[in-house]
Amino acid sequence: MKKTIDFTVNNEQKSVQIRSADTLLITLREQLGLTGAKPGCENGDCGACTVLVDDQPMKSCLMLTAETANRSITTIEGLHDTPIQKAFLEHWGFQCGYCTSGFIMNCHALANIHPDANAYEIENWLQSNICRCTGYEEIKEAIMSVLKTKEAGTSG
Amino acid sequence: MIPINFEYHRPTSITEAVETFQQLQLDGKGPLYFNGGTEIITLLRVNQFYTNTRAVIDIKAIPECCYTGFEDDHYIIGASIPLAQIETMGTFPLLGKNCSRIADHTSRMKITLGGNICGKIKYREAVLPLLLTDSELTIAGPSGQRHVPIHQVFDQHMNLEQGEFIVQIRIPKLFLDVPFTSKKQTKIDRISYSLLTVSAIKTEQQIRFAFSGLCNFPFRSQEMEKALNQCQLSVEERITEAIALLPSPILNDLHGSAAYRTFVLRNTLEETIAELEGES
Amino acid sequence: MTGAAKYTADFTAPGLLHASLLTSPHAHAKIKSIDLSEAEKCPGVRAIVIGQDIPVLTGTTVEDRPILALNKVRYFGEPIAVVVADSEHEAQSACQQINVTYELYPVVNSVHQALESKPILVHEQLMNYTQVQKIQPEANSNIANQIKVRKGDIDVGRDQSEVTMTADFSFPPSDHAAMETRSVRAELLPNGEVHIHTSSQGPFMVKELISRYFLIDEDKVTVHTPLVGGGFGGKAAVQLELIAFAASRAAGGKIVKLSNTRETDITGSPGHIGLEANVKLGATKGGKLTFAEIHYNFNAGAYVDEGSDITEIAGLNCTGPYKIDHVWCNSLCVYTNHPYATSFRGYGHGELTFPIERAMDLLAEKLRIDPIAFRLKNTIKPGDTTPSQTKLTKSNIGNVAKCLERVKTLINWDEGQTVNLSDRLIRTKGISCFWKSSITPTDATSGAILTFNKDGSINLSCGVVEIGQGTKTVLAQILAERLKIHESKIHVMMDVDTQTNPQHWKTVASSSVYMVGNAVLRAAEDAIQQLCQTASIVLRCEPGDVDVAEARAFLISNPDKYVSVKDIANGYKYTNGNSIGGTVIGRGNFIMKHLTSIDKETGKGTPASDWTVGAQAVEVEFDTKSYNYKLIHAVSVLDAGKVLHPKSARGQVTGAMSMGLSWATREGFSFDKNGIVLDNQFRTYKMLRYGENPTYLVDFIETPQIDAPYGARGLGEHGIIGMPAALANSLSTAAGVPLNQLPLVPEYIWEQKRGEASDSN
Repeated sequence: MKKTIDFTVNNEQKSVQIRSADTLLITLREQLGLTGAKPGCENGDCGACTVLVDDQPMKSCLMLTAETANRSITTIEGLHDTPIQKAFLEHWGFQCGYCTSGFIMNCHALANIHPDANAYEIENWLQSNICRCTGYEEIKEAIMSVLKTKEAGTSG
Repeated sequence: MIPINFEYHRPTSITEAVETFQQLQLDGKGPLYFNGGTEIITLLRVNQFYTNTRAVIDIKAIPECCYTGFEDDHYIIGASIPLAQIETMGTFPLLGKNCSRIADHTSRMKITLGGNICGKIKYREAVLPLLLTDSELTIAGPSGQRHVPIHQVFDQHMNLEQGEFIVQIRIPKLFLDVPFTSKKQTKIDRISYSLLTVSAIKTEQQIRFAFSGLCNFPFRSQEMEKALNQCQLSVEERITEAIALLPSPILNDLHGSAAYRTFVLRNTLEETIAELEGES
Repeated sequence: MTGAAKYTADFTAPGLLHASLLTSPHAHAKIKSIDLSEAEKCPGVRAIVIGQDIPVLTGTTVEDRPILALNKVRYFGEPIAVVVADSEHEAQSACQQINVTYELYPVVNSVHQALESKPILVHEQLMNYTQVQKIQPEANSNIANQIKVRKGDIDVGRDQSEVTMTADFSFPPSDHAAMETRSVRAELLPNGEVHIHTSSQGPFMVKELISRYFLIDEDKVTVHTPLVGGGFGGKAAVQLELIAFAASRAAGGKIVKLSNTRETDITGSPGHIGLEANVKLGATKGGKLTFAEIHYNFNAGAYVDEGSDITEIAGLNCTGPYKIDHVWCNSLCVYTNHPYATSFRGYGHGELTFPIERAMDLLAEKLRIDPIAFRLKNTIKPGDTTPSQTKLTKSNIGNVAKCLERVKTLINWDEGQTVNLSDRLIRTKGISCFWKSSITPTDATSGAILTFNKDGSINLSCGVVEIGQGTKTVLAQILAERLKIHESKIHVMMDVDTQTNPQHWKTVASSSVYMVGNAVLRAAEDAIQQLCQTASIVLRCEPGDVDVAEARAFLISNPDKYVSVKDIANGYKYTNGNSIGGTVIGRGNFIMKHLTSIDKETGKGTPASDWTVGAQAVEVEFDTKSYNYKLIHAVSVLDAGKVLHPKSARGQVTGAMSMGLSWATREGFSFDKNGIVLDNQFRTYKMLRYGENPTYLVDFIETPQIDAPYGARGLGEHGIIGMPAALANSLSTAAGVPLNQLPLVPEYIWEQKRGEASDSN
């Protein structure tokens, strides 16, 4: 039942043996050891497993690995010293850290695709992820610090 | 983790897709067309629906399914266009608005228009604008391709023949810019299933209405529209008449009781009528 | 941040086996038979375990819970069988092939149903269970424990009252919903050693219980805990670890991984307790509280776990931070056929605060006194006694009035509780006070060990689990402060390993800084003493002449004469090669003191070392037509004793506030008439998302707790406590009807408004 899929992960060519029913989340974690993408619900509800597929945010639990043949995947392990990673550290955008990689991937994509996103767009994108520890205040500070959008008083 | 095993096929043409389906059907694999696939993946994980599936056919590599553009009097949206893309396109604002309230943004990068309107889950808000605008569907299947008015194939849910799939959605151009409103209310959260969605457009001094979250399926009702457009009556009377004409009982579930939904429905209809009757 | 942080489920290994749970589709049913024959034939299956294979009863207060359901199921989601297979999908597929036949029983679907006369019994053998702690069950009932608090004379209090109120309050059970579901790996080596890796807040408790239930010497059991993806009390319960061990043992001791699906984490594993309460308060016309008569009936669900202790502390602190001379309270721990409850952030205090603070507002309204003014007349102070008759001191309680005054300013109370924005929109404010003490075993203990690297940097080993609360950062800070070195020179071991880290009771109750912080300070003293000893030889003086700071041991009389800590911490070597001293190991410990057990007739006793207090407020924008609302501001002012790390303290408080608002606005299980939980996924079990949060205003008062490190009081849980009451007080003001249930969804407000309309007709 296994079949081979070729794709690019964090700029490296990879070839993996998968079940067609495997989600991208399972393949990344169990075959490639990229455990930064977290299972929070495996139902598309929490965003902890968010990765980039061809630079767009995707919930890796909602995508079959088979769908990603010949596409380019970026996981948190593929980001190095990006502005959003630094911003999360600087603004204490995390506590337990479990939702963090999903949030960062989504924020990273937002900052690249809509560097001047308005308040509606920021909220529209970031409501895809759940954080149970913080009150979202620090996450807001982090994303605002990397976007060109500036608004008065980012403490709320 | 999806417990069952299935085959994955990714045809690149309509013909190949249909042939693949027929072959898999003959092989007893209960094939399913697979678009965004989010519903198939999540329902299979919890072992609900689709459990006899042993093969899926991903139609996203078929060029026609990914097309958007104008053809004669219609605006065409491929069935594989993700909701998040429709949300930002701006060509058909009502559809964009409804799409923007389905699931959450990242999920909408994956959920497709065709997938949403063919789904098992009862809300399918993307179908409301199509019902309101008398859109057509391009359907492909063993007997070839056909254009069909949506009202012919969508009654509570999509009724396709075996082996058929939606290739494109064709929206009459004249409706793209008509005045509209669309209001979604949830139990409390922004990201949630609909407690009630009312979409409406105004055409030739008539307001058309379509609903999701109200009954067990999304619908547009000509009878209710007739009642709601009786300008000689007060808005309250029109609404009362319309509610009496609902096609099935109002939902009563964990999102809200039937009585509360009725309250929300009344308020929403009142606001919708006020907004659209004010338009000229 | 980089994806490198590893949580329990992130580890894999060749040959790792996967376990999957079959859980109950019914809330109450007899298990007539379990047929494993089809499942055993499934590919990849290595073992299947059912309740009868491990017929031991477990529980930390009363042993009432089988590891896997035995003879009957008592809640929807209860684990019935565990399948071990080569892969997760094979384990799941095989689970679906297990054929269980049930005989359905009537369901105890609420606390009031559980307390009916001649109730359906959730546990027929209640009186025969082994009690680990002394509890008071009642025969032929669903009452697992009852706490009686009798302070003063309730009749005298009633006679003194000129105005009274009474009301019912309730909220359903809900969930912790940590983002990481519970996960375990278990392995039984051929030499009898057991290794458990678990996402737990209580690794030492896991060790103790594996040893107790499976009759294995404790020295054979090692429990490892890496980073934990959120706990909130839910991971202090021991459940999956026992199942995973049984699964590994059945599979020949091979390493087995068991991770909850979200659905099982929500209903199968323990959640947040529910409550039905009745409160009667009386006061003089001038607004002086005269008595409180309180019934707390807690919905513990199908098993007691921590439910009995939550019931106890809620009873002992039943009034909130108010001086009331005459208190009568019965607090019951009640079984139902709902998912069982365990500790939850706030531990009984968010629960008791909702009814009490709503009652305070209702009484203030009857008295026609401003809600803040009314509270200020009655705040508890040093010299007063708690409902359990513990005398309060300047150290063991903070300053409630000061917190309240500060909240009043921050929420701009003086502009009016209601502000009209348009013909349908208004803004309203509501407030709440709170207090919290933790309830620990009277012998709860912690330890800390310090060792030194060659460069003088320090390793700190303790048993605290890092669950996102930042305790380890604060501990490093406490140590750095004491040794006057930079925090970067202190390495706190992040993972916990019960074989090498010293005992720590449990990472709960906001008590880690108090307990382990004290142990760290003692370990520092111990290390300093050893360093001074060696330094005194080098510096040719008495140990008492030497002190340690800034990585040096120096002469107090002449700090320019010193030896570097790095040169003495692992023995001092003279130039000729002779050496003295030896490696320094700083040891420190801490044990709770002066706690007493509680009198079962009156509740008299000292349950806790200290009470953290605070006041909170919530402001909403309310639509008077649709009853929809938005959270605008949320305020917390805590008496923190001493704020050790401002950014971390604010983050803990706002995080807890967010959780409290999420609970109050939308969380709570929906049960159908058969006791099935309808919202067992994040699709339907909703939590606050980005942008739905209010603007947070947080401030601290500092009344030091004398016996705590630098005076710091616990604050990790407290932001949650008054949020539901403050929100309900705000919305009740906005809607003009009393809102005494959670969650406060618009439909509930509409229902109350409709009820009011039909009442007046």
